[in-house]
Amino acid sequence: MPQNQADLLSKAGSSENILRFDTTEPILESHNLSVTYSGNTAISDVSIQVPKNSVVSLIGPSGCGKSTLLRCFNRMNDLIATADVKGTVNFAGQNIYDSDIDPTEIRFRIGMVFQRPNPFPKSIYENVAFGPRINGITDDLDEIVENSLRRAAVWEEVKDRLNESGLSVSGGQQQRICIARALAVNPEIVLMDEPASSLDPISTQAIEQLIQELSNEVTIIIVTHNMQQATRISDYAAVMMAGEERIGRLIEYGTNEQVFGNPNDERTEAYVTGRIG
Amino acid sequence: MSEQKNIIPLGRQDFDRDLGKLEAELILMSGLVEQAIFNALNALRSRDVEKSQKVIDEDDNIDQTELEIERTCIELIRREAPMAGDLRRIVASLHIAGELERIGDYAEGIAKISIAMGGQPPLKELIDIPRMGDMAVRMLKRSLEAFISRDANLVRALSTELEKEDDAVDDLYAKVQTDLLELVKADPENAEPATYLMRVAHNVERVADRAMNIVERALYQATGELVSGSTQIEPTAE
Repeated sequence: MPQNQADLLSKAGSSENILRFDTTEPILESHNLSVTYSGNTAISDVSIQVPKNSVVSLIGPSGCGKSTLLRCFNRMNDLIATADVKGTVNFAGQNIYDSDIDPTEIRFRIGMVFQRPNPFPKSIYENVAFGPRINGITDDLDEIVENSLRRAAVWEEVKDRLNESGLSVSGGQQQRICIARALAVNPEIVLMDEPASSLDPISTQAIEQLIQELSNEVTIIIVTHNMQQATRISDYAAVMMAGEERIGRLIEYGTNEQVFGNPNDERTEAYVTGRIG
Repeated sequence: MSEQKNIIPLGRQDFDRDLGKLEAELILMSGLVEQAIFNALNALRSRDVEKSQKVIDEDDNIDQTELEIERTCIELIRREAPMAGDLRRIVASLHIAGELERIGDYAEGIAKISIAMGGQPPLKELIDIPRMGDMAVRMLKRSLEAFISRDANLVRALSTELEKEDDAVDDLYAKVQTDLLELVKADPENAEPATYLMRVAHNVERVADRAMNIVERALYQATGELVSGSTQIEPTAE
């Protein structure tokens, strides 16, 4: 293992280290995805396939473009005025960046949960009912709210407090309410940006267990700095790395066993063993 | 690239230092075990009960060293939650410490047999068994070299070399068995002393097998390939 990180980081990536699924139709697939902010390239040429009902962890040192990549998957970068996205993201047979695609609809089908719980300053009930209401659903809202809170494993804790503010409960409960809010519109994919990083160990365990249960019905792509968490909850891990020019690239994508047990790329080895990052 | 980025993180430096210590403990243990086998066979040849007893007494040191290594490994797993090459290195160390401890037990076993033989001279001149012992100890040394190198190519080369040596030890073991059986057939009174030597030869043959296990763990450390005898599990299963 070279000791000099500059040597490591300047090494070119190899497409052989990026897992491709020959037999499984991916639910989401990016081709040569690049993002610039005010003309500065943040991530470059990311091509990745995400199989249906899998959990994929995005890992890598700070500033390598994990969150930027995640935001590309439901067009959240559209909300950043200086951002420019190139390449394609195919979801359900269509490039979500096609001009005839409604980004709002994409964000319902590909939900997002953020690092810090961000319930609306409304009741718990209204937080969860928000998405369905926007979509014009007025019937069966009680059932949708209960079902979503149950799927988010927080129903038992809040069922008697549905009219209280979403901000009145603990951080861990708030985060699960946010997950319930995302689930209420039946997304096919949920993107999670370090969803447990601000939570205590018990709440983190609850979120991790929830992710594993949800993966039976939805696909989850999660950014995490916690490698043990990634090994516990995900099926596949994608490693991002920014070199000297500070452009994030996908350097390795494979099973957990490969990435955390016997990585192909020496930069992955250096990152997962704490030599860089 | 800023200069600061080229510095290995402090926590990582501590971890590297502890991994180095772990390796040093394994090398130390390996030395104790080699010496134990050597002393046990020498004591057998010279019919020296005192030396045999010393081998038995000193096995406690080997057991103690194994426990220390095990403790170190558990502590590193608990504290560092190791990944990739670090995890393989610690897992391999844990396994190899167990193999070395068993080799120590074989030395102790030979010493106990030697004491059980009392003042009797060996049934036949001890030639093949010490040769087996020399080969087995050399295999043990080479297997540790493979582990310490962490070099996949070297480990594979040594593995092939040691497989041949293991076959040679097995052939000698078969010859020792045949020779001893002939002596028993010639005179049933030879059964008891022949059995003693048969057990000694068996212990030595097992040392060579354990050395092969160590090479397999060296291969796992270097490549992620899990091998046991002819069974192999690829490092990544898709």
